[in-house]
Amino acid sequence: MIGLEHYLTVAATLFVIGIFGLFLNRKNVIILLMSIELMLLAVNINFVAFSSFLGDLVGQVYTLFVLTVAAAEAAIGLAILVCFFRNRGTIAVEDVNVMKG
Amino acid sequence: MISADLNIIMPEIVLSAFALLGLLAAVYTSKDGLAGVLVWLTAGLFVAAAAWIGLTGATTRIAFNGMFVDDGFARFAKITILLSAAAVMVMSEGYMKSRGLLRFEYPMLVVLAVVGMMMMVSAGDLMALYMGLELQSLALYVVASLRRDSIKSTEAGLKYFVLGALSSGLLLYGASLVYGYAGTTLFAGIITTAQSGDTSIGLLFGLVFLISGMAFKVSAVPFHMWTPDVYEGAPTPITAFFATAPKVAAMGLFARVLFDAFGNAVADWSQIIALLSVLSMFLGAIAAIGQTNIKRLMAYSSIAHMGYALMGLAAGTAFGVQAMLVYMAIYVTMNVGTFAFIMLMSKDGAPITDINSLNMYSKRAPGRALAMLVLLFSLAGVPPMLGFFGKLYVLRAAYEADLAWLAIAGVIASVIGAYYYLRIVFLMYFGEEGSEPLDVKGGTLLQGMLIASAVIMVLGIVNMFGVENAAAAAASTLVN
Repeated sequence: MIGLEHYLTVAATLFVIGIFGLFLNRKNVIILLMSIELMLLAVNINFVAFSSFLGDLVGQVYTLFVLTVAAAEAAIGLAILVCFFRNRGTIAVEDVNVMKG
Repeated sequence: MISADLNIIMPEIVLSAFALLGLLAAVYTSKDGLAGVLVWLTAGLFVAAAAWIGLTGATTRIAFNGMFVDDGFARFAKITILLSAAAVMVMSEGYMKSRGLLRFEYPMLVVLAVVGMMMMVSAGDLMALYMGLELQSLALYVVASLRRDSIKSTEAGLKYFVLGALSSGLLLYGASLVYGYAGTTLFAGIITTAQSGDTSIGLLFGLVFLISGMAFKVSAVPFHMWTPDVYEGAPTPITAFFATAPKVAAMGLFARVLFDAFGNAVADWSQIIALLSVLSMFLGAIAAIGQTNIKRLMAYSSIAHMGYALMGLAAGTAFGVQAMLVYMAIYVTMNVGTFAFIMLMSKDGAPITDINSLNMYSKRAPGRALAMLVLLFSLAGVPPMLGFFGKLYVLRAAYEADLAWLAIAGVIASVIGAYYYLRIVFLMYFGEEGSEPLDVKGGTLLQGMLIASAVIMVLGIVNMFGVENAAAAAASTLVN
């Protein structure tokens, strides 16, 4: 029997993979965008699982909002990335280093 | 009824409609030619909206079944946000025009960001919180990379975007846990489940994730990494905007979540906020010492200031919230003036951000140097200036809430931090004669803002222009 904890475990695993993708990835900014997407989708699994478990629709409504915002976020991220590529000529993460911080 | 609900969010609706109509109008007419007009219209509309919100009665109104709360706290934060955004708009027009940066998207994106901020401070539900936060963040990512042809500006936008998205993800994961363990997304429902000492472990995890997401937005240590780069890379008027309105909004959101949703579990989060506060104060004070770029320096300064504001929240009392609000109002006023000065720093029309260019500035522009001196003293918290009273407020709040160690740490950090503010004063008054003197002509409007801000820092000590009482009234609606 698959219970709530299984869904939560999957979501937590995906979320952690997303965070590690953000921090360990040294190659490509596109992979950062994918990691961010992975994190948001992990949260969606959480919401849907809780929503089903609680018998409450709010979680699923929240999921739809998150999906919409994630799409907008990806669009803006890619737009900024295109501008960056035009100036810098590369999208490698290690080249995002004009300013030291 | 829906019409009553819509009536409550009327200021937000008007601003959103203005943003959409402004975009349409600019696209169908002269495009960037209309940008100057739009900037001034936006500033006017912000001031009008602030007056409108200020004149609505002192009642607490709730719209959309608790999703949107319009109380004294929200109104105080909204007025601060709107006025500071208006000040930044007024300052930015001339600067951006002379550097070919005045695009019509800029004022419209700022309007949308401000709508998001107003939504944040009024959120009564995790969903409203998330939508407001994202509306604000998405607009700010674009604004940060407004100078499309500059590596620095686009890099700032990219860094801001990646770390901002990460923080949104953390916040969202927290929201999902809170929803799951409290059974509702409404703050009014969460507060009944989250009782001190009796909070379920899932709810606590959710709270911690929520706090880390919000700490990113206020740039509190250890979630501050984006701040110096974004401040340095973004065009200066936009940096000025980042340093003012979004900080107030994020602080307002912080207080909203902590007190409206977790107000019965103060003991659970007070220690976390105190830790964020003490780390921010010390990192802000120490890391700024080595900076030579004034925008990076202001970034570390804002990290330190957020630490002080968080100290008010850590107290977990109505007085603490009042202290936080007073502190933020003073902080915003100081920053508007300081950034007006930074925008004035130019040589042959090109912006200069190196603080060594300020050598002996007082000889060439004594008025500006004096105003900046007042502001820097105020930022450092030297007694006769208003900044000192802001610090006094939060220190007292922490002390009265049995966080004496935090108050002492605050005093020590402020002494360390005074060094880098006073170093600029030293350069301006006793530095070596610089080889490349800055322009001292032009910028009447910026100079006016600079002097007005400095005058407020001195005259404000009489009665703080009533901000004190307003903040007390605002805090009492949030904490009860």
